[in-house]
Amino acid sequence: MIEKSANYDVLIVGGGNAAMCAAISARRAGARVLVLEAAPKFYRGGNTRHTRNMRCAHDAATAILTGPYTEAEFFDDLMRVTQGETDEALARHMIRESKAIPDWLVEQGVRWQPSLGGTLSLGRTNSFFLGGGRAMLNALYDTAERLGAEVAYDCEVVDLSIEDGMFLSATMARGKERLAVRATTLIAAAGGFEANLEWMKQYWGKTADNFLIRGTPYNRGSLLKLLLAKGVQEVGDPTQCHAVAIDARAPKFDGGIITRLDCVIFGIVVNKDARRFYDEGEDIWPKRYAIWGRLVAGQKDQIAFIVFDAASRELFMPSLYPPIEAKSLSELAARLELDSTAFEHTMREFNAAVRPGTFDHTILDDCRTEGLVPPKSHWARRIEQPPFFAYPVRPGITFTYLGTRVNKEARLIMRDGRPSANMFAAGEIMAGNVLGRGYAAGIGMTIGSVFGRIAGREAAAYARN
Amino acid sequence: MPATEFGATAPHSSDDLAEADRLMTICNSCRYCEGLCAVFPAMEMRRAFADGDLNYLANLCHGCGACYHDCQFSPPHEFNVNVPRSLSRVRAQSYASYAWPRALSSLFARNGLVVGLSLALAVAGFLIGFTFRDGRATLFGAHAGPGAFYDVMPHGAMVVIFGGAFLYALLALVMAARHFWQDIGEEPSGLADQRSLAQAMRDALALRYLDGGGLGCMNEDERPTDRRRFHHHLTFYGFLACFAATSVATLYHYLFGREAPYPIYDLPVLLGTLGGVGLVIGCAGLFAARWRREPAIADEERFGMDVAFIAMLFLTGASGLALLALRATVVMGIALALHLGVVFALFITMPYGKFVHGIYRFLALLRYAKERRNSG
Repeated sequence: MIEKSANYDVLIVGGGNAAMCAAISARRAGARVLVLEAAPKFYRGGNTRHTRNMRCAHDAATAILTGPYTEAEFFDDLMRVTQGETDEALARHMIRESKAIPDWLVEQGVRWQPSLGGTLSLGRTNSFFLGGGRAMLNALYDTAERLGAEVAYDCEVVDLSIEDGMFLSATMARGKERLAVRATTLIAAAGGFEANLEWMKQYWGKTADNFLIRGTPYNRGSLLKLLLAKGVQEVGDPTQCHAVAIDARAPKFDGGIITRLDCVIFGIVVNKDARRFYDEGEDIWPKRYAIWGRLVAGQKDQIAFIVFDAASRELFMPSLYPPIEAKSLSELAARLELDSTAFEHTMREFNAAVRPGTFDHTILDDCRTEGLVPPKSHWARRIEQPPFFAYPVRPGITFTYLGTRVNKEARLIMRDGRPSANMFAAGEIMAGNVLGRGYAAGIGMTIGSVFGRIAGREAAAYARN
Repeated sequence: MPATEFGATAPHSSDDLAEADRLMTICNSCRYCEGLCAVFPAMEMRRAFADGDLNYLANLCHGCGACYHDCQFSPPHEFNVNVPRSLSRVRAQSYASYAWPRALSSLFARNGLVVGLSLALAVAGFLIGFTFRDGRATLFGAHAGPGAFYDVMPHGAMVVIFGGAFLYALLALVMAARHFWQDIGEEPSGLADQRSLAQAMRDALALRYLDGGGLGCMNEDERPTDRRRFHHHLTFYGFLACFAATSVATLYHYLFGREAPYPIYDLPVLLGTLGGVGLVIGCAGLFAARWRREPAIADEERFGMDVAFIAMLFLTGASGLALLALRATVVMGIALALHLGVVFALFITMPYGKFVHGIYRFLALLRYAKERRNSG
């Protein structure tokens, strides 16, 4: 229970990987720690509960990683996916620190395993959590609480008292209860605002009504909003979010990883007018999956359909929802409520444009279309073997890029450029410092653990001085 | 877009099997749990789940509970993923469906009652038999030295009654195991795969998959402990030691003409004592674990069956130890009747209760070892 008169050394707002790494790190440094998680216990941990791996630099293969992944290579990958939108010094610092993280997490009870089936492309670079992100969270909570960190659920921070870059207290709401919590330092680790549809609508308008949110409804960004309103410098494009195409039948929130569809490259994608709108075979799937959310967001009613035939049915991971199936293309059009004439025209046009080639979905093969706009550059095969299948897809929002600026000590930077004395941030709420755009699998967790650990240590050091 | 129900990859003969199909479809699109045990890698080798596949996966599941606590979609999430409980239900249903003879499959439904009645009747039977045997006061007569037990009950009668019960249980178990092996789509020749057999043996004897992926069961909550495996080991190896004690005694009797009771330093008594202690402590631990099991994953309809089996093994050990302690007193006859009654009831109810889990679990592990080898 939270003590009203208690003098906490470190108040951590949030409950995911970053928050718990911060809690453990601060507690291990001797600080009295309180963690306020806005979600109920089951939904604790924000997006961490849906993660499965982390990207860390390492100089040699390990028991679970197939080969070295040097700091330089990690940095190159980061530059490529962000197209240079990163704070280079901070990014290099994070990558260097990431090397110690896997062992440190093992000390906190987290267990690793080799990459999961169907993710062989990550076998060298990414360490996977045994049992997934929730297992990882359970281990961190268990350790933090055993060390004596206090955790309170259903506690949303609704106000902050900050004076001249100094954190004084936070007001939290639990049901109708309001309580001011004083602490010597604040660590902001409460994620982004992807589940706050009103906020999303500021940038996306009514389009956002058709977005599905891949994480819990509790990622509302209230702390982020407060910090930015109270003079913390912002970083990252507020209008941007990570969006993938997920099954349109998924629930509005928290469908997680299992609603994703990895079959775009095997078929074609049409919109509500039964027209294609982008090259489905532009590049290998891991490099392209994250553009399809935005592409679908740009279509009428934010919906599209991945269409394929019996030849491709078993070439990709089984899906949560079965594909919509029909014996003929016209029947499929009817099932999808598409104009049959337009749909069959699109299919005829595509099939006629397919050039002969040797199909191999593991490489950039020579199966392509000719004279078609937009083209399908690889893996183009005629869609002609019944039964025919389709998955309806909508934009699935993973996270937002807007965040708070920090320095190497994970200390928040105020709008005037001065670092705050006693406020820190870790995780998605400051990811935009390193990841200005794009994404590389597992990097969100790296940001969380590295800066969480640093923030916990720095906050404890400040509080105990 | 109309909402589509997911998880109907095959037609099913019960709602529990349909639910297991729904869950395996969800899990197969996630796969985060594949490092926890054998169930998930076996699932990944399939895209559809017929009844036989689900019965196989259900019997492969050791019920450690880790996947429930690790799952981001377990209740209260709307996907309501509860693999341990679902597979427990399918497993229990499969026990009944493989029972031999078929007419007795309903004994699984009221297993606690059946076992309790068998026990009471068996103990009563031995007590009455001892009391009225030859019209002598056998039950309370003072008996000591070699052959003392057989003053109470002739050795020949013991052999006929227990040999008969044992052979019947064996026959019923073999027939049921055959049925399971067929149901999951295996051929009799599959039992002869030596390397897979060796692998399955190792996995079964170590309870490799009762460890939640390394740290132990998540039986009570998300914090793992390895106590359940420890107590299962005590129970299982205790049972084996008791069985070995009986086997050694049988050899003594027929090969060397040496009659029970044996001195306390002799092998049958040592093995029996060790086994009895193992059963008593192990079963107490397993009962505590069953009692404290997280309600969300506990399969409450099977509580009677689980507890009845644990109780029978506990009583087997406890009554055996009591017999050892009391064998030189006037109540030896009663202690013997109790012990024999418990063991008799244990044997005849074996094919219709929780005991069968070991048989199907081993066969499922064998099949898994084969599948692993075949998939390279």
